Amino acid sequence: MSTTDTAEAPGTSRAPRRRRGGKGSGQRQSVAGWLFVTPVLVVLGLFLVIPIFMALWVSFTNWNGRGSPFSSQVNLVGAQNYTALLTQEGLSRQDFMISLRNTFYYVIGVVPLQTILAISLAVIVNQKFLKGRSFFRTSFYFPSVVSSVAISLVFLYLFTGTGAVNQFLGIFGIDGPTWFSDPRGLIHMIGGGIGLWSTDAPPDFLANTQIMNLSLWEWLSGPSVAMSAIMLQVIWTTAGTFMLMFIAALQDLPTEVEEAATVDGANAWQRFRNVTVPHLRPTILLVITLGVIGTWQVFDQMYVMTQGGPAKTTLTPAYLSYTAAFRQQQWGQGAAMAFLLFILIFVLTSFQRFVLRDKDDAKQKKAERKQRRAAKKKVTA
Amino acid sequence: MSSSVGTNVSEEGRARGAQAQLKVSTSSDDGNLIGRSGRGRKIAVYVALVAFALVYIYPFIVQLSTSFKTDGDAVNNPLALIPNPITTEAFQRIAQTDFPLWFTNSVVVTLLVTAGRVFFNSLAGYALARLKFVGRDALFTAILAVLAVPGIVLLIPKFLVLNYLGIYNTYPALFVPLLVDAAGVFIMKQFFESISPSMEEAARLDGAGTFRTFWSVILPMARPALITLTILSFQGSWNELAHFIIAANDPKLYTLTRGVASLTSGGLGSGSQFPITMAAALLMTIPTALVFIAFQRYFTQGANAGADKG
Repeated sequence: MSTTDTAEAPGTSRAPRRRRGGKGSGQRQSVAGWLFVTPVLVVLGLFLVIPIFMALWVSFTNWNGRGSPFSSQVNLVGAQNYTALLTQEGLSRQDFMISLRNTFYYVIGVVPLQTILAISLAVIVNQKFLKGRSFFRTSFYFPSVVSSVAISLVFLYLFTGTGAVNQFLGIFGIDGPTWFSDPRGLIHMIGGGIGLWSTDAPPDFLANTQIMNLSLWEWLSGPSVAMSAIMLQVIWTTAGTFMLMFIAALQDLPTEVEEAATVDGANAWQRFRNVTVPHLRPTILLVITLGVIGTWQVFDQMYVMTQGGPAKTTLTPAYLSYTAAFRQQQWGQGAAMAFLLFILIFVLTSFQRFVLRDKDDAKQKKAERKQRRAAKKKVTA
Repeated sequence: MSSSVGTNVSEEGRARGAQAQLKVSTSSDDGNLIGRSGRGRKIAVYVALVAFALVYIYPFIVQLSTSFKTDGDAVNNPLALIPNPITTEAFQRIAQTDFPLWFTNSVVVTLLVTAGRVFFNSLAGYALARLKFVGRDALFTAILAVLAVPGIVLLIPKFLVLNYLGIYNTYPALFVPLLVDAAGVFIMKQFFESISPSMEEAARLDGAGTFRTFWSVILPMARPALITLTILSFQGSWNELAHFIIAANDPKLYTLTRGVASLTSGGLGSGSQFPITMAAALLMTIPTALVFIAFQRYFTQGANAGADKG
């Protein structure tokens, strides 16, 4: 509140001068403007901005959740909560590294696959000869608006050991895994399957090389079967939203361009590869950025379905930070993890924005060049 | 069908929607052009489409049919779509739990949050779009910055403030922090900038105050944006889970998401009692489905509004 009052003062003092000249409602607008934004300011300030600073403070203390985090009994511990996660040998760092590994595989699995699925759905639904397009579009989009809790429950049931998915696989003679209780890593299994290594006795140099409390063998596990099931669910759920973005972009693609390509003898795949994909490029970059931001934050599915198990293979930074704070009462460490995750997402998206902006700049420069050329032509003509 | 073609062309409005429709209708005769390349391709597209549709619809059919199964039937015949025997036992057992309370809590919170967001976001969006006041640009930059904060890292911070203010484990903790959202302010600001200022200038010349102008001239014009915002807010608060986890731990304050999630971790529906969890999932999906069907075209607009903000 006090910030709005003080900030209002210069506005009110300057406005009358303006009003005398223009007979406008400068002062009234200034007051109304601040009044109109006050609710948003108060709520966002109180529950978003101030909390971030409180959490930053807590991340440098050993507060145990009792009493006020600002009381004299709470000790400042410097950067200890951060070093425990990053530089000190120990269980905290091991868990944090496991959660980063899990989420890394989760992100590089989910983001490309959901993007490809979304493009495929969009292209298929956008076929002009199709009957019932809006029905199909609706079915693909619907999971995106349903509660993640409801969908998690359904998938828990579909992916039980004797559930619908395994019975379906059984029709083809495939013996499905127990999904949500199977901690085996996919890369481990594939390597074992092609005879690269034995999963029971991993090669010494992988098992004995330790990096940040995890052996190289553990780093290379790939997503566990349980995590893969969650990945399938998330890909299935979110592809619909991104499909809509692609459909909107596809509808901006002039049909003449496609027709011209057809006349030139391009087949369907060539048209898709050389006409559609370049046109969708900005949307693809946007979808990947949004995908990376969203996937690093994965929390709901772990809370509802696996609680980080089996064998910690679905532990993620967001869920780990929640359990550290709310279950183990290690608030400082939980807050520190949240900030590290924040920094990670920020760095990744800044990097992506940088890549994105570069492309736009290049495009703009190209357009300017074109304009200049056209202008020159006009002059010479 | 033709009316739904234009709705995906983002919030930029009717003009572009009409344009897209025109594009589709003028090009409808070149279906032959594509068709000539082969009946085979059409069939392939339909096969792919039906396969995808099955993958997308089947889980919801399972959810529906399993909620009318017995526990044993659900475990032994997970693929069977017709319950044998058909029973409403799962629903009766749900009725004896706290489910009705969770449902009520969710309805109350969703109504309050939706009302709050529609009103406060459009107030702020209007001010940022149209009213001239000192600090407006800085304020908008701050809101953009807030938009970029990943929500999940705010769990612990939000708890700290709720706890510090002494409202942890109270009803207000469930909804007050959700009453506004930066994305909604952004959407409304974009919309108000797109409508012509001539109307409000006329109203102002007639001597109407700023709030009067906003309330009786501007808001009625903003109906499409308000509906989009209503739907986004409904969907956001009905499906919210993380905030309700950190705002309270009193079972009396459980919302649907929190309560139903507790069914899997111990509680009463664990183990093989799948009909109960499916019935619970079904009941919490029905309101979403109704709103979705009623306002389908606005949903798709909302999704694209999100695209623009990125």
